[in-house]
Amino acid sequence: MHKKLIIIGGGPAGLAAACAAVKRGLSPDDVLVLERDSEPGGILNQCIHAGFGLHRFGEELSGPEYAGRYIQMAREANIPIMTNCMVLGLTNDRQVTFVSPELGYVTATADAVILAMGCRERTRGALNIPGTRPAGVYTAGCAQRYINIEGFMPGNRVVILGSGDIGLIMARRMTLEGAKVLTVCELMPYSGGLARNIVQCLDDFGIPLRLSHTVTEIHGKERVTGVTIAKVDEANGRKPIPGTEEYIECDTLLLSVGLIPENELTTGAGISLDRMTNGAAVNQFRETEAAGIYACGNVLHVHDLVDYVSEEADIAGTHAAATILGETEKTVKSVKVTTGFGVRYTVPERIDITETAEAVRVFFRVTDVYKKVQLVIESESGEVLVKKAKSAVAPGEMESLEIPADKVAALAASEDKKITVYLRELGGSK
Amino acid sequence: MITKELTCVVCPAGCKVTVTLDENNQIIDVTGQTCPRGKTYAISEVTNPVRTLTSTVTVQTKDGAKMLPVRTDKPIPRPTLFEAMEIVRRTVVTAPVKTGDVLVENFIEEGINLIASKDFE
Ligand SMILES: Cc1cc2nc3c(=O)[nH]c(=O)nc-3n(C[C@H](O)[C@H](O)[C@H](O)COP(=O)(O)OP(=O)(O)OC[C@H]3O[C@@H](n4cnc5c(N)ncnc54)[C@H](O)[C@@H]3O)c2cc1C
Ligand code: SF4
Repeated sequence: MHKKLIIIGGGPAGLAAACAAVKRGLSPDDVLVLERDSEPGGILNQCIHAGFGLHRFGEELSGPEYAGRYIQMAREANIPIMTNCMVLGLTNDRQVTFVSPELGYVTATADAVILAMGCRERTRGALNIPGTRPAGVYTAGCAQRYINIEGFMPGNRVVILGSGDIGLIMARRMTLEGAKVLTVCELMPYSGGLARNIVQCLDDFGIPLRLSHTVTEIHGKERVTGVTIAKVDEANGRKPIPGTEEYIECDTLLLSVGLIPENELTTGAGISLDRMTNGAAVNQFRETEAAGIYACGNVLHVHDLVDYVSEEADIAGTHAAATILGETEKTVKSVKVTTGFGVRYTVPERIDITETAEAVRVFFRVTDVYKKVQLVIESESGEVLVKKAKSAVAPGEMESLEIPADKVAALAASEDKKITVYLRELGGSK
Repeated sequence: MITKELTCVVCPAGCKVTVTLDENNQIIDVTGQTCPRGKTYAISEVTNPVRTLTSTVTVQTKDGAKMLPVRTDKPIPRPTLFEAMEIVRRTVVTAPVKTGDVLVENFIEEGINLIASKDFE
């Protein structure tokens, strides 16, 4: 089988990329979306809460509604989506192997491939909490699936480790369903979740958030009977402080300790990952180091807003289509994007400047909570390309800056090989 | 006099805003916000906090019972959330349903509906 464009993953990223490619001029028959689940929509199918789509559609939708809009768009554009179709392998020269109930084991080739496999949750194995391994320990997303899709409650007395958004959302969901959520423990001195979720999911129900706390032991033989929590020492590698232990009786422990991009296929194709994003390193078109292989959405870096996922997928889908149609310009110069003070990672990691230099938006995450800062992108020779003042920034919210087209053109003409994104503190306390 | 401490959620600065009320629950002072948006937010949170409720109800389909995501089409007063959940629990629908279909009219308040947020054939 040969297709011009194969998209791996039928979540919001994959669907938006497919729609964008068709809009750019590809025939829908030349596009194929492969999805391992029985329906498209990705993880949003289980995110029944509202708050999606404010940027994209100007209204607050639930996850299934947001996904539904893209499923509808893909249907109207006649884009073929193969469900129950698990991709097993990908090579550097764009050979895709997959299994499907109708076709069996298939090897397909493509002019371009877009990776849109999303992310998965970190599990306890990655955390090494001592104690037994009884039933009742779930990732927050797993509990979300049980309650929202399968329709059963995983427990009644709940402790949540990690204050990521999924954990916060589940604290509210389980409380409304009649469970008692006893506490949310967060290892860091601040929450990685959105302020809105802390207020509306915890404060609304009087659920205490304990910062700089962790679970040190899980008790119970068959089922969780309780956990021990303790305060951690900020100054000493966040180790539990002896004497601060507290036993909490509960039957369920939810883990909301972060997401990681699902990149087995990417590394299998020999594409190296950015150590900070855990996704492939890409240029501004979201093209990886392997020609014709793109990545977008949570497989590239973990987004907090699906609206940005769709935006990124548009970029990847549009450029993949333009490349297939032979309508892209040559790269005249590549410039590396590096991180400076206060910046954890950027996407893209490199800018491939083309003949007609276009404006480039750089997305990034900060390393810590800072108040009163300036976000800056500076060239190697010290010229400020763009800057923006912000009253506050936090690691939980993605930031971005756009380098204007004339600055990009000037960069192409200069000797500079890299640019740096950093924060400048404008006084005031951290 | 009563004071209420809030976190403004309008932007990531998350300012701690203090609202002072008199004996008749009238707002006499709002302090701590860094910008006017914080004041507007704090006043609405203290006088009438509202929330959009999202949940699931059972939907009978040809493949058996499934979970149908639902939500209120407008925010409802925060103190009514648990009462609202009682109605949600008693609600059962039969497929087909389409996103936006009204499942319960005048839900909690006149003019607010409980609607489906996914399609089931
Ligand atoms: C549990 C959980 C809860 C979340 N809650 C929120 C939230 O409340 N708000 C928010 O904005 N964001 C949330 N996110 C982030 C959310 O994932 C993104 O906003 C958005 O769904 C990302 O879209 P995506 O298309 O990149 O990934 P996904 O939605 O994860 O879609 C990836 C798709 O690829 C498919 N796939 C993966 N590997 C293969 C393969 N080998 N072969 C075939 N198909 C494959 C998957 O089945 C899936 O359908 C959550 C993430 C998780 C994991
Ligand atoms: S008061 Fe203004 S600056 Fe402070 S959190 Fe609210 S919106 Fe942001």
